[in-house]
Amino acid sequence: MRGRARTWRKRSVLPGFGLSLGFTIAYLGLVVLVPLAALVIKSAGLGAAEFWRLASDPRTLAALRLSFGAALVAASINAVFGALIAWVLVRYRFFGRRFLDAVIDLPFALPTAVAGIALTSLYAPNGWVGQFLQPLGLKVAYAPAGIVVALTFVSLPFVVRTVEPVLGEIDRELEEVAATLGATRRQTIFKVIVPALVPALLTGFALALARAVGEYGSVIFIAGNIPYVSEIAPLLIVIRLEEFDYAGATAVAAVMLAIAFVMLFVINLLQAWSRRRFGYGS
Amino acid sequence: MQRSLAAGLVALWAMAAPAVADTTLLNVSYDPTRELYEAFNAAFAAHFKTETGETVSVRMSHGGSGKQARAVIDGLKADVVTLALEADIDAIAKTTGKIPANWRDRLPNHSAPYTSTIVFLVRKGNPKGIHDWPDLVKEGVEVITPNPKTSGGARWSYLAAWAYANEAFHGDEEAMRGFMGELFRHVPVLDTGARGATTTFVQRGIGDVLITWENEAFLALKELGPDKFEIVAPSISIKAEPPIALVDGNVDKAGTRQAAEAYLAYLYSPEGQRLVAKNFYRPAEPAFADNADMARFPDLKLVTIDDPLFGGWEKAQPAHFGNGGVFDQIYQPAR
Repeated sequence: MRGRARTWRKRSVLPGFGLSLGFTIAYLGLVVLVPLAALVIKSAGLGAAEFWRLASDPRTLAALRLSFGAALVAASINAVFGALIAWVLVRYRFFGRRFLDAVIDLPFALPTAVAGIALTSLYAPNGWVGQFLQPLGLKVAYAPAGIVVALTFVSLPFVVRTVEPVLGEIDRELEEVAATLGATRRQTIFKVIVPALVPALLTGFALALARAVGEYGSVIFIAGNIPYVSEIAPLLIVIRLEEFDYAGATAVAAVMLAIAFVMLFVINLLQAWSRRRFGYGS
Repeated sequence: MQRSLAAGLVALWAMAAPAVADTTLLNVSYDPTRELYEAFNAAFAAHFKTETGETVSVRMSHGGSGKQARAVIDGLKADVVTLALEADIDAIAKTTGKIPANWRDRLPNHSAPYTSTIVFLVRKGNPKGIHDWPDLVKEGVEVITPNPKTSGGARWSYLAAWAYANEAFHGDEEAMRGFMGELFRHVPVLDTGARGATTTFVQRGIGDVLITWENEAFLALKELGPDKFEIVAPSISIKAEPPIALVDGNVDKAGTRQAAEAYLAYLYSPEGQRLVAKNFYRPAEPAFADNADMARFPDLKLVTIDDPLFGGWEKAQPAHFGNGGVFDQIYQPAR
């Protein structure tokens, strides 16, 4: 508290704090808070009992479980493999590195529906990849596994792009020092490198998770969309809208928002804790 | 980002359009009518030019019927709507008041210049021997149909199956629900729209039979080669009446009423009806269509939505597709 009071009074080199803070609040308010507040207000108009009935509907719960579950799996996969990709891109110089680096951002740019259609045609039983999975009894397209594939695709860049700069900042010499002090390679990785990466990994994980939870466009093409099996929460919202049932749609959306907020909040706390614990980042 | 860019481009285009055309109409339609209105709009523009000397250009918006209705409710400035379901136009009429409640009586044939029906598309040679509804629930048959919650066409498909069940089980509601439940247990993928389902069946090779609009089945056959698929007409189906309506609230504001009315009326003209049949819809006035086009349509026993079995969309919509309706009950987990 004392620290904040001091920054408030302290004169900075460049003026304009008031102006930029005002802009920040107005912008966030208009672009983020007002639409979300409208959602909350609309769901508040439902009344607690009605809201609870809509939110605790078994089909809603099944869809929420699938959406958050698949998003968690996808974000976890990316936390591991995204970090690996970031490591390769930062630590090694090889032919085509720039190209690969640009490829990472493609999931950002590609319309998700296009991604969904492309993934579906790959993983469908007659697709390039699907035809080899089919005989093994692996069903990816039109099954929950397909949802994980789509979510992994759309959320990959978040982990890579958050971990990359932090990895770039870690001095190679630290590893050399660790080695000269007698650390094994395993110890160097888990005692020196990983702790420094934890805050960035958590940020990347949280961003990937948030992105995956709300994903709609790519998933509906590959999921199969069978209620209780492969129906994601965003689709359920669309279905409620299709019934002109705005209340039902709002209830599902509000529950998603609440869960997502709690998850992101917890991850933020974890991140703050890991920064204090390991003392990296700022 | 992309969306806003696209919106910006559309806005630019919309601003630029009046410079070249005296009048611009926006027809908000559903997915499978793309090819029909592409042909019809050109014919109408030519007709309007000779009639009035004015240039008119028609912009199209296609998408799922319910989604399109919601876009109009939320403010999309449609001059006319040509949707898959009466219930969707009713929703616009009720929530916005831009369309009068009696819209269905303003144009001939319940405001449906063309009708269609629901048929089956099967793979060449019909390897699973699918000829009628009961074949769909045979062991090992996979059925592709979109989700009736999100697709207008799928609602017609569902109701056609319900009409069959009503006949087969002599109105025993318990047995009819049993059949519907069994039918949807054979559906491995519930796409959100009619086109998506066609893609799943045709391109991905999923399923043994696609339940779809007759016009969509013909189109798939034409686009993808009759050497791969066959159309099977079931013993009983439903007369699907995709309705059209003028959006009074919008045309009066934009001053496009005259052109918009002419546009809808032209759908009923001999030329309009001919194009309708050419694009695989069943014309309201078969006399105007080319005989070769008419010969394609098999004779089917057709029920209509206004039959007592359904009691009109007003009743059928909430009973079958509303939250907690029969379709939701089909997917209720066993207790």
